[in-house]
Amino acid sequence: MAEEEVKLFGTWASPFSRRIEVALKLKGVQYEYIEENLTNKSPALLNYNPVHKQIPVLVHNGKPVAESFVIMEYVDETWKHNPILPTDPYEKAMARFWAKYIDDKLWPAAKKVVMTKGEEQKGVIDEIQQQMKNLEGELKEKKFFGGESLGFLDIAANIIIWLVVAQEALGMDPILNEEKLPVLHGWLQRLLDDAVFKECVPPKQRHLDFSKVKFGSSIASK
Amino acid sequence: MANSSVADQEGQVMLLGFWFSPFVKRVEWALKFKGIEYDFVEEDSTNKSALLLNSNPIHKRVPVLIHSGNPIAESLVIIEYIDETWKQSPILPEEPYERAMARFWASFIEQKVTEPTRAALFSQGEQQEKKVKEIKEAMEVVEGEAKAKLNDKTLFFGGGNGVGYVDIVLGWTCNWMETIEEVGGFKVLDPESQPQFHKWMANFREVPFIKPTLEPKEKLVEFFRMVRQDRLGLVANE
Repeated sequence: MAEEEVKLFGTWASPFSRRIEVALKLKGVQYEYIEENLTNKSPALLNYNPVHKQIPVLVHNGKPVAESFVIMEYVDETWKHNPILPTDPYEKAMARFWAKYIDDKLWPAAKKVVMTKGEEQKGVIDEIQQQMKNLEGELKEKKFFGGESLGFLDIAANIIIWLVVAQEALGMDPILNEEKLPVLHGWLQRLLDDAVFKECVPPKQRHLDFSKVKFGSSIASK
Repeated sequence: MANSSVADQEGQVMLLGFWFSPFVKRVEWALKFKGIEYDFVEEDSTNKSALLLNSNPIHKRVPVLIHSGNPIAESLVIIEYIDETWKQSPILPEEPYERAMARFWASFIEQKVTEPTRAALFSQGEQQEKKVKEIKEAMEVVEGEAKAKLNDKTLFFGGGNGVGYVDIVLGWTCNWMETIEEVGGFKVLDPESQPQFHKWMANFREVPFIKPTLEPKEKLVEFFRMVRQDRLGLVANE
C-alpha cells in the first residue's frame, strides 16, 4: 500500500476537531496532530482552509478537507473498516438528520445557555431539555446511537460533554441529570467509559478552568 | 442484497412540499434527474397535514420524502438518501475526495448564501444590511469557484457528468434570488462582477429537466412580498 500521510489541524478544546480524532482512532489511522492557536493561525492552516480559516482540517496526502461532518464522511469512505455510518441508506439518513440537529439546534442552545441568565436562561434550558428528550427518542434502548459500538451520531453528540463541563464550571444545575433524562444520561456515562472516546476529550480540570474563564465573566454572580 | 434493493426502488415515493419552497424544489430536481416517479403532496403552510406533522415531528416542515412509508426530512439529507437508494445518474461524485469537496461546497452555500438570504428576506434596516454584506462576500467566493471550475466545455459544478450535487444545492438562486432581491429591496447579484456565476445560472435554467420546474418570477414575487409583509408586520404600500 502507498504510504499515507494524514495530518489533523485542531485545538485541544474544540469538540469539532475532537470528533475527527475519534473517527481516526476508531479506524486505527495513524495521523500527525497539529495544535493550532486560533489567535495566531498558522500559514499552513490558512493555506489548507482559505474559505473558513478554521479548524478542524484533515490533510490526506497533501489534500485538505474541512468541516467536521464532511471530514467524518470522508474518513468513513476512505478507510472502510469499522464503519462509522450505517450501511443502510435509511439508517444513514437518520444519522445525518440527527447529527445536523445537534449542530443546528443543540450546539447554539448550549452556547446560549451559558451566556444568559434569569428568565432568558430558563427558556433556553427548557429548549435544551426538549432537544435532549428528542435525542432520547432516537437512542431508545441502544447502547450507543450507532448500536453496539460508537457511530457517527455518538461522535457528533460529543458537544454534550462541552455543555456538561461548562455547566459544572459555572456551578449550574446540570441539565443532563439522571432523573429527567435517564436514557441520555446512561449513554453519556458509556460514552465517557469507551476506550477510544475517552482519549478524545479535553483533560477535565483544564477544560473546567478554560470554561470558567470563557463563560464566567459574562454572567453576573448569582 | 439485490432483491431488497429492487423492492426499495419500487416502493412508493411521496414528497410533501410547498410550490414556493426552494428546499422542496431541490428534492424534486434530484428525483427528476434520476427519473424517479413520485407523488407530490402540496401542503398548506397555514394548516399542516397530520401526515406532515407525523412524518417530521421534530421540525414540522417541508420537504419530507416518504419512501415505502419511511419519512426523511432535511433537503440535503434527502438528496443523499436518493443518491444512495437509486444508483442511476449519480448526483454526488464517486471518488471520496471529490465527494468531500461537493459536500464542503454544499455546506458553504447553505451557511453563507442560503441562510443569510433567508435572513435578509425577513429583516430590514441595519440587520438586513449586515446579511446583504455577508451574501455579497459569499458570492465572491462562489464566483471564484465558478471561474476555477467552469468553462465552455464544463458548464456545471458536477463536472464532466453535467449537473451534480453542488448545482442542485445552489440551483435555488436561479429561480429565487432575483425575487428575494426585489421583495427585500436589496441587490447581491451583479453580472459585471459575477460573469461566470451568471453564465452558470443561464445554463442551469436551460437544463431540460430543470426548465419546466421554474416558477414565473411574478408569481414568486407576489407570494414572497406577502410573506415578508406578514413576518415584518409591514404596511402593504411600504
